[in-house]
Amino acid sequence: MVAGAAALAAVVALSACGAKTNAGGTSDKAAQADVSGDTVKVGLLNSLSGTMAISEVTVRDSLKLAIDEINASGGVLGKKIKPISEDGASDWPTFAEKAQKLIKEDRVAATFGCWTSASRKAVKPVFEKNKSLLFYPVQYEGLEESPYIFYTGATTNQQIIPALDYLKSQGKKKIYLVGSDYVFPRTANKEIKAYAKANGMTVLGEDYAPLGSTEFSTIANKVKASKADAVFNTLNGDSNVAFFKEYKSAGLTAKSMPVVSVSIAEEEVKSIGSQYLAGQLTAWNYYQTTAGAANTKFVKAYKAKYGQDKPTSDPMEAAYTSVYLWKAMVEKAKSFDPEKVKAASDGITFDAPEGKVTVDGASQHIYKTARIGKIGSDGLIKQVWDSGKPIKPDPFLKGYSWASGLS
Amino acid sequence: MTVILGQMFTGISIGAVLLLIALGLSLTFGQMNVINMAHGEFIMAGAYTTYVLQKSISSAGISLIVALPVAFLVSGALGALLEWLLIRRLYLRPLDTLLVTWGVSLMLQQLARDIFGAPNVQTRAPDVLTGHITVIGGDDPLTFANNRLFILGLAIAAVVALSLTLRLTPLGRRIRAVVQNRDLAEVSGISTGRVDRTAFFIGSGLAGVAGVALTLVGPIGPTMGTNVIIDAFLVIVVGGIGQLKGSVIVAFVLGVLQSVLEYSTTVSVAKVLVLVAIVAFLQWRPQGLYTLRTRSLV
Repeated sequence: MVAGAAALAAVVALSACGAKTNAGGTSDKAAQADVSGDTVKVGLLNSLSGTMAISEVTVRDSLKLAIDEINASGGVLGKKIKPISEDGASDWPTFAEKAQKLIKEDRVAATFGCWTSASRKAVKPVFEKNKSLLFYPVQYEGLEESPYIFYTGATTNQQIIPALDYLKSQGKKKIYLVGSDYVFPRTANKEIKAYAKANGMTVLGEDYAPLGSTEFSTIANKVKASKADAVFNTLNGDSNVAFFKEYKSAGLTAKSMPVVSVSIAEEEVKSIGSQYLAGQLTAWNYYQTTAGAANTKFVKAYKAKYGQDKPTSDPMEAAYTSVYLWKAMVEKAKSFDPEKVKAASDGITFDAPEGKVTVDGASQHIYKTARIGKIGSDGLIKQVWDSGKPIKPDPFLKGYSWASGLS
Repeated sequence: MTVILGQMFTGISIGAVLLLIALGLSLTFGQMNVINMAHGEFIMAGAYTTYVLQKSISSAGISLIVALPVAFLVSGALGALLEWLLIRRLYLRPLDTLLVTWGVSLMLQQLARDIFGAPNVQTRAPDVLTGHITVIGGDDPLTFANNRLFILGLAIAAVVALSLTLRLTPLGRRIRAVVQNRDLAEVSGISTGRVDRTAFFIGSGLAGVAGVALTLVGPIGPTMGTNVIIDAFLVIVVGGIGQLKGSVIVAFVLGVLQSVLEYSTTVSVAKVLVLVAIVAFLQWRPQGLYTLRTRSLV
């Protein structure tokens, strides 16, 4: 009995060991990138282990592909790019520590990476304090601007709002919200509820599961009992595996109650298994099947490097594009200095695999085309709708009256 | 009405998962007083065994059936090895076993990462287990998921097998004798070292079976063991150390409590409320639900 109590105490104590808090040291000096030799170092900061690795490893691979291509064609300002890869381990304090290490010890010229909004929020002060640049490749919840972050994934009005518009156009009026319990889903769902209120839609319920959670039977029961028209899914990482297994077990299908997901791309489809996902919807800016010569070249190069069975996805494409955008900014600025790179950013364009993208210097986001896709039984996602042209980024939703109360 | 029944089933199925992950621990911790922090990694070993078998056997159904005994043997062998290398030197020093096995658990996690890679992997469930059976049809149907029914069956089978082994077999009698009085058992001619190793083999093997079951509900990864080990200890401690009956009851009570609270609140709030309930219960009954009143063990 004594041993039992001791064991319980010890188990609780040990489980708390993982939670370190330290966002890195203090410094107000601008970070000096090390560009003395004939190489320039850049940081790659992704989760290579833990619950997010399912998604983030592919982003790292894609960043490496862009770097290899640029090096093969002569590098940036005559210097070869040398990537320094760090593992954020799906743990936000680790992200902050590794960001600090990349900037201070490795003296990188820029860093590419992060996936979850929680990891981005954790490293944001580190990049701002050290005046160093982060290129962030994933769609997110908006309502954020940092002078030292370039957002190359979609913001709200380039992904979530088009997805809601699509549901509305399909007559889906009653929706249920399911998400991971952290900043992105909670903020996104706040926006979705405001949109629903203004557009005659009803939100029947919202549920959050801890990131990495694999117990979804109750949530599936609640969704089923709600008799919603559709589910808006903001789960991240491999919680999606458990969720969709449970969804199917509960007898719910893409036909009876479609799920629109904003964090499931081709790589996740492949590992979750298309038998659980066929027919479900996704909202992104890019799919492996997106038409265009730039994409054909990208897909071919990626498969040649990493294997024919490896799919490409939206965050991978945004990561790949971000390296080229950084290169174009550096060349326009004729300097690796973050301040000069930022000043040169406005109007930079690149023929990305998703189509032509343009940097909006004021918000440091980019113009992107919204695309709704349907997951096929072959694991690929086919576009069923697109916005026709790139949408101007509006991270604070200033163009929408219903969003005025959000912050 | 069907909602309530559906939630009851969900609770029971959560309880079945809890019971499976706690069952092996109830033998090694409850009966042998070894705090085995590596128990979660034996669960992980069972899950990865399923993954490896599925890679070599294309039929998901056959590979799952083969995985059950193979995972039992693999995890059991790992447990017996751990017992022989380290734990046998540490009987009667439970807190030392905690530290030693925690170190082993970290090593096993890293080993898994080196062998299988850091990203989590998945197995394909056999088609028959991805569906559900309809208990009450109509407009508001009540359905039971087949994978959950399978896990429930597995948990019941494991409890019955363990309980019968401890009660009826010569090995069970020897285990109980060693637990009650090691010295007396030794002088009575029982090879306590061999009994310890066998008991540890069975307890760890049950963890492997739990690992196979977990592949049916979620992903497989190097840290999956740490995610479940605390729940397993909670079940044992609340049930009463060394009380198989207590573990069974508490696993199902916690499962139903969790699912009912989740349904009426949210997942995170439900977790907090369950922990508060456990703390309150242990204030009232620090010895757990069942106490070792007699010298009988099961």
